Amino acid sequence: MAQDAAVTTAPAARRRRIRKPGQTIAPLVFISAAVVLFALFFLGPGILGLYYSFTDYTGVGEPEFIGVANYLKLFDDQQFYSSLTRTLLYTVLAVPVHYVVALGISLLLTSAATRFRTAARVIFFLPWLISPIVIGVIWRWMFGENFGLVNYVLSVLGAPGQRWETDGSLALAVVILAGAWGGTAFTMLLFIAALRNIPTSYLEAAQIDGASAAQRFFRITLPLLRPTSFMVILLGTLGAMKEFAMVQALNGGGPGTENMFMVQYIYQTGFQRAQIGYASAVSMVLMVILIVIALVQMRFDRREDLS
Amino acid sequence: MRIRGVNIWLTALLVLIAAVFAFPMLWFLLSSFKPGSELFSLPLSLLPETWTVSGYQTAWTRFDFWRYFANTGIVAVVTTALTVLVSAMTGYAFAKYKHWWLQGFFICILITTMLPTEVIMPSTFAIIRDLGLYNSLAGIIVPSIVTATGVFMFRQYFRTVPDELLEAARIDGVGEFRAFFQIMLPIARPIAVVLAIFSFQWRWNDYIWPLIVLNDPNKYTLQIALRSIVGADNIDWSVLLSASVISLIPMVILFIIFQRQIMSADINSGLKD
Repeated sequence: MAQDAAVTTAPAARRRRIRKPGQTIAPLVFISAAVVLFALFFLGPGILGLYYSFTDYTGVGEPEFIGVANYLKLFDDQQFYSSLTRTLLYTVLAVPVHYVVALGISLLLTSAATRFRTAARVIFFLPWLISPIVIGVIWRWMFGENFGLVNYVLSVLGAPGQRWETDGSLALAVVILAGAWGGTAFTMLLFIAALRNIPTSYLEAAQIDGASAAQRFFRITLPLLRPTSFMVILLGTLGAMKEFAMVQALNGGGPGTENMFMVQYIYQTGFQRAQIGYASAVSMVLMVILIVIALVQMRFDRREDLS
Repeated sequence: MRIRGVNIWLTALLVLIAAVFAFPMLWFLLSSFKPGSELFSLPLSLLPETWTVSGYQTAWTRFDFWRYFANTGIVAVVTTALTVLVSAMTGYAFAKYKHWWLQGFFICILITTMLPTEVIMPSTFAIIRDLGLYNSLAGIIVPSIVTATGVFMFRQYFRTVPDELLEAARIDGVGEFRAFFQIMLPIARPIAVVLAIFSFQWRWNDYIWPLIVLNDPNKYTLQIALRSIVGADNIDWSVLLSASVISLIPMVILFIIFQRQIMSADINSGLKD
């Protein structure tokens, strides 16, 4: 027992003897820039935002402490509930669409049975180059109610034009489509890398044993993709919860304020109406929601790993 | 239906989806070469009847594109250089040194991926303003330098570099800083290139910080300039389409040059920013 302990501590002791003061100072210097920036632009805004949320700060003058008044006002604010539920609805709809589209495309691109894979991969990747603002412009141009190509094609086919801009649900559908179109490229890279890491011998063995393509996918491929799926869903959820730029160019959160998401609401109250205290309270609520989402997803992931 | 291992139905499906994906870009690009009168005249046609660059000329004369390009370029290049350096140093420290405070800070960086700072922009704005960075390009650059993705990429990479290399350097009397800058950093060049490409894309297409920080139209970045066209009451589509296409050109050039690195990048270790 004592001998065991001596054996296991020996390398540690040797390492400690080798460690010079430089090996403490050097990493400290290496991380110093990141620490300062983290404190200034992550921790600082977090703490300051929490403080502002209890004040009536408007951007000028001294913030005055008003207790939980902002939060009380918030819980009565129709627009807050509306943008919160709209953001959650968007997230719940957009993340599965995004996941299925990106995974489906990646499967086709890694399948040995398809042709033109290289060219197709470049096409699917191109939207990654396009900024969210321009993605919004492209889809607005396609789905214009009076001038857009989509309604024109519908009219040629004898169908009535759809109210893509003035109907809240249809406008949200366009946002989901545009988001999936723009987000597929990056997710596709993740899935392709993961799919290539699946040993083909597993799939071949299953095929020899008579497993159908669907069985091979659901019993082998999908379970092996679990870490990547987890990351894609987590990133997709966070991305959807903070969606802002693309919608700004696509329909500005319209019609009216029907599709105004949380970040846009924070921007509007904080900057256009200069209610920084109130906007900070909204930020804090959104923060808490994001923390809960992250914790739930991480717990979910870990439990699946254990089983 | 198979011909020599090729499944025709799957191939047709792939081609169809690719066409659906390509079409919005094609329609957008071709429309930008139509004269203003043709944009809305029915029947709509895919190809312009008369090809013209008048939209581009108007966009170019009405807006100070050189300035927007310069502003966006400065922001993207400077931020990218700083991001690569800071990420390399931080990731290296995480990979090659063991201290409790390094682990603590690593968790801090991990948390930043879960909580995007966009959601606390009112207070971030207040800090940028109090630092005297309001309405300056530095106000966009400095807050964007640290990205968890970059740190993770370098940490992952340096962990694969054998510790013996560092030990050997130490025995030869090479200091910690020289070991990093002259031995480790050059080894990590492939990762630096990939991160630089990604960082450049993030910053070129950034919207929210420029929107909040910049006030003077002379300092606008391309995305903010485009937003001012699309946000107008009467959108001038001819100008908007051309201006949007112009704003994409640098990214397309970047893609053509670095296509191999981008498409084969093993981004599993990193995250999206």
